Amino acid sequence: MSVLVDEDTRVIVQGITGGEGEFHAEQMIEYGTNVVAGAVPGKGGQEVHGVPVYDTVNQAAREAEADASVVFVPPAFAADALFEALDAPLDVVVAITEGIPTQDVSEVYEQLRRTDTHLIGPNCPGIITPGETKLGILPGNIFESGEVGLISRSGTLTYQIVDSLTQRGIGQSTAVGIGGDPIIGTGFIDALELFEADPDTEAVVMCGEIGGEDEEEAARYIAEYMDTPVVGFIAGRTAPPGKRMGHAGAIVSGSGTGTAESKIQALENAGVPVAETPDEVADLVEEVR
Amino acid sequence: MRLHEYQAKRVFADAGIPTPKSELASTVEEATEAAESIGYPVAIKAQVHVGGRGKAGGIKLADDAEEARAAAGEIIGMNLKGYEVDRVLVEAAVDFVNELYVGVTMDRGAGKPVAMVSTKGGVNIEEVAAEDPDAIAREHVDPAFGLHPYQARKAVYDAGVDREIAGDVASILSTLYDLWDEKDGSDAEINPVMITDEGEVIAADAVFNVDDDALFRQSEIAQLQGETGGDDLETMAGEYGFDYVRLDGNVGVIGNGAGLVMTTLDMVDHYGGSPANFLDIGGGAKAGRVRNALEVVFADDNVDSVVFNIFGGITRGDEVARGINEALAEFEEIPNPVTVRLAGTNSAEGMEILNTDLVTVQGTLEEAVQRAVADAQEVTA
Repeated sequence: MSVLVDEDTRVIVQGITGGEGEFHAEQMIEYGTNVVAGAVPGKGGQEVHGVPVYDTVNQAAREAEADASVVFVPPAFAADALFEALDAPLDVVVAITEGIPTQDVSEVYEQLRRTDTHLIGPNCPGIITPGETKLGILPGNIFESGEVGLISRSGTLTYQIVDSLTQRGIGQSTAVGIGGDPIIGTGFIDALELFEADPDTEAVVMCGEIGGEDEEEAARYIAEYMDTPVVGFIAGRTAPPGKRMGHAGAIVSGSGTGTAESKIQALENAGVPVAETPDEVADLVEEVR
Repeated sequence: MRLHEYQAKRVFADAGIPTPKSELASTVEEATEAAESIGYPVAIKAQVHVGGRGKAGGIKLADDAEEARAAAGEIIGMNLKGYEVDRVLVEAAVDFVNELYVGVTMDRGAGKPVAMVSTKGGVNIEEVAAEDPDAIAREHVDPAFGLHPYQARKAVYDAGVDREIAGDVASILSTLYDLWDEKDGSDAEINPVMITDEGEVIAADAVFNVDDDALFRQSEIAQLQGETGGDDLETMAGEYGFDYVRLDGNVGVIGNGAGLVMTTLDMVDHYGGSPANFLDIGGGAKAGRVRNALEVVFADDNVDSVVFNIFGGITRGDEVARGINEALAEFEEIPNPVTVRLAGTNSAEGMEILNTDLVTVQGTLEEAVQRAVADAQEVTA
C-alpha cells in the first residue's frame, strides 16, 4: 500500500521535450513509472523515449488515459501549465519547477480549491512509492520499499534522511517532497492525513524547515487526529531572521515567526520527538515503531 | 528584492499616492541644498535596509540650514547596524495629528493576498500584530478578482478610521493593492500614513519588496537593483547565480539543496563551530560552478575552513569530484583547508577520484562537519 501514487498510476510529463523533462522522463521510465504521454504545445505527434507527445494536457489525458502529471515547464509558463493540468482533469499533479512567481502560485492555489486534484509542489522533488513508481526527480536507488512514510519540504535533505533510513534497513511506504515555496498545494496536514489512512504506513517522518507556520499547524493536527507515530526534523536552527535561505519559503520573519525553535517546540508539545541530526531520525523511528 | 524608501516612494507617487516633497542626496552639500529648496522643517533619513532607523540615529529633523548641514554630516557615512550610509532622503517634515498603517502582503497560510489597515500606525506593526491582533483590520483577496472597492472600504471602516478621511485611505489601499499586484510585490506597506490637521493623508514612509522570482517580468524594478547596494559577497554570489547568505562565523559551507545546506549549518553549530555562510550550489554542479562557489567562500576574510556537503541525487558524485579537483587545481595556494563529503549516486567513485593532496575526504556528514570545525578552531587557536 502507499499514498497517492502506485504502479497503476498513469503519468503525463508536461515539458517532456525540454532538457529536464526529457532526462527525468527517461529516469522515471527506468524506475518503472508508467509514463504514458508527454504534453508540449506544438510538439504533438512526436515521440520521446517511446512516449507519444500531445499538444495539450487534456488530449494526453484522454488519449493515453492518464490520471497524473509531472510538470517540468519553466517558471514563466508554469502557472499556465498547472491550470491546464487542473482542467484536464488529473488526480495528481506534481510541479517540479522552481522559481514560479508567488502571485502566480496564489492564483493556481485559488483554482485548486475548486477541484479534487492533489497538487504536489511547486519547487519539489516529487513523490515516490519505492519499488512501484516515482513522479519527479528523486533518485530511486536510495529508496527501499517498507512501512515508513516521509513528508519533506526539501529535496536533498530528504535524500540524506532516506539514505540513512535505508542503510538501517528501514524502508519507506511513500515519500512526498511537498516543496520549499511559500505557497504549496499538498501541505503537511494533507499528507499526514493520507498516511494516517494508509494501513501499511507504520510511522511517518516529517521533515520541516524555517519559515511560515505549517509545521506548528501540523503539530496541532498530529496531537488531535493521529494514531500513527510521527518523528520530526527541522532544518534552519541557525538561520538569521530576514534572510531567505535558498528556498523562497525558508525565511524567518523580522518579528520572529517561522523559527526552528517554535516548530520544534510545537512538535515536541504534540508528542513528536524531533531529531537533532539527520542520522538521529532513524534512531527515533526505531523507538516509536 | 527590497526597494529603498526613496525608490518605493517614487513608485507610490507615480501611482498617485500622496508623498511628501523630497530629494535624494549623497553629500552634505546636496542635502543642505535640497533642504533649502524644500523648505523647513525637513526630515533627513538614511537610505539603508535597516529596521528601527530612527532609534539608531538614522533619521533627524532640521529647522534651518545649519541644522540640516549638521544632521546630514552626522548621517552620511555613518555605520547603521553594519551598513554604511551613502545616501539620505531629504523630505518635507509633515505636521501630523494622527498616524495609520496600510499594507498588502501574501498570507502564506491562506495562500492568498491580504490587505490590512490599522489606526495603530507609526509603530512596529509586527508588535501590534503580536500584542493586539484585533487592532489590524484584514481583508483576504481572491487574486483572480483583485481587491474589490468595498473590501478596501470595509478594512478602513473596520479599523476605525475617521469617516472624514476614510475615502482617501481606502483609495490609498486600493492603489497599493494594484501596485502590489502589477509589480509582483511580496510586501507593500505605508507606515505611517500621516493625517494632518487639515485632513490631508500623506505616505510618510514606504516599504516595497518585490518577489525575486518575478524580476524576469519586472524589468523596471529589476533596474533599481543596481542602486540598492548591499553586501559585496552577496552581490558576487548573486552574479554567479548562487543562493548565498553571509553569516558571522568562520566555517564556510557549500552544499546542494537549500534544506541540506541549512542542515549543514545547523551541524556546524551542533559540533561547536559557527557557520560563515549559506551557499547552495544547486543541482548538477560542474567544475566551473564549483570554482565560483569556492571563490565566493574564500573571498570572505572570516572563513578559516570550508566544508563541502554534496548529496548526489541525479547529480553524480564522480562528476562533482572531478569538478572539485579541477577547481582546486586552479588555485596556486588553497587559502583554507577544504573537507569534502559526497553521498548518493556514484559517491564511492567520487571519493576515489578526489585528490587528497587538495582536500580531506570524509564519509559522513557528521565526520565532515566535525573535521571542518576542528580545522577552523586550529586556525583561530
